[in-house]
Amino acid sequence: MQEIINIFVKSIFVDNMIFAFFLGMCSYLAVSKTVKTSMGLGIAVVFVLVITVPLNYLIDNYLLKEGALSWISPKFANVDLSFLSFIIFIAVIAAMVQLVEMFVEKTSPTLYAQLGIFLPLIAVNCAILGASLFMQEREYSNIGEVISFSLGSGIGWLLAIVGIAAIREKLRYSQIPAPLKGLGITFIITGLMAIAFMSFLGIKL
Amino acid sequence: MAGINLKLIKNPLSRENPITVQVLGICSALAVTAKLQPAFVMALSVTVVVAFSSLIISFLRNTIPSRIRIIVQLVIVSLLVIIVDQVLKAFVYEVSKQLSVFVGLIITNCIVMGRLEAFALSHKPFDSFLDGIGNGMGYAVILITLGFIRELFGSGTLWGYKIIPQFLYDLGYQNNSLMIMPPMALILVGIIIWIQRSRNKDLCEK
Repeated sequence: MQEIINIFVKSIFVDNMIFAFFLGMCSYLAVSKTVKTSMGLGIAVVFVLVITVPLNYLIDNYLLKEGALSWISPKFANVDLSFLSFIIFIAVIAAMVQLVEMFVEKTSPTLYAQLGIFLPLIAVNCAILGASLFMQEREYSNIGEVISFSLGSGIGWLLAIVGIAAIREKLRYSQIPAPLKGLGITFIITGLMAIAFMSFLGIKL
Repeated sequence: MAGINLKLIKNPLSRENPITVQVLGICSALAVTAKLQPAFVMALSVTVVVAFSSLIISFLRNTIPSRIRIIVQLVIVSLLVIIVDQVLKAFVYEVSKQLSVFVGLIITNCIVMGRLEAFALSHKPFDSFLDGIGNGMGYAVILITLGFIRELFGSGTLWGYKIIPQFLYDLGYQNNSLMIMPPMALILVGIIIWIQRSRNKDLCEK
């Protein structure tokens, strides 16, 4: 249980998707102009992460890894399909995002209208595929750890994008030199926020 | 005819740079540039993937139904990335270990998808190939600049070879460890954007 909480806290602060690994930067920069849209996109990302990463973990463990197919028959114990990971993961992600889109459209048309084009764009958000690939690389031992990892990563991403949106809203009244306005200052502020998040590096539970 | 083709390669190098102007491909540009060698290998891989996927999608552009075009693009890009990944694992294994998940992330690299949607789907194969090469090189320019600065000031080496002479270390010079950390990459890109927009006033916002 302690390991699960450890992973959860680590994924939010220390291994933050944006500040440590720069995943999901493009939509982070594009959507962070207001807090409202950032919150909506952040929640959607959390949702998609919690659905796709555990699913990909199961697929990786029971289909793709070396020796994974041995539950069908011992003859397959040497089969290693991990080179197919990229295409299978991205297919699962695209399919899940499509399902989430249909689900949101049916249950909450207002949320669907608010998110607009960003919902289908989550499929190509590097944070989603990146989380699955990190899960595969780090070899978590059970699905509980994987779920806490994906939930933590999503919440970390949400924190980052809402944070920078709040700062950008306040920046509108500041005197920034013209060449730095908009994109340039956002990069520099994100860098400063990343330095701030580095202070979490020594956390141990 | 020759003039149009050259613009496809020249423009992404500065005025339409994929990273600083189009805001695409940021994620990998920041993550792999702590040293020059991975940055160079990544730039090469992305250029290959963008160029060849643009070529293939452009050949197919009249036969793909519009509803499934994202899926078709993802499949073709994934296959190219799998090939690139296997080639990297075979020939430069240490670098591929440093790049780890970011080779796979070329699939979701916005430059690839962005250029496919914006250009390859509506232009001839050879022009799309050149556009892919141009954007790949624009991406490479930024990556190599970042890798150069970060490795030189962060580790005193370039491509693994010691550059800063020992006597400077004895005099008290120390490597700037912040350069190797992620935040510095963000700040350096902000400064590059600052310099670029100071020189091209029409790229400034508002």
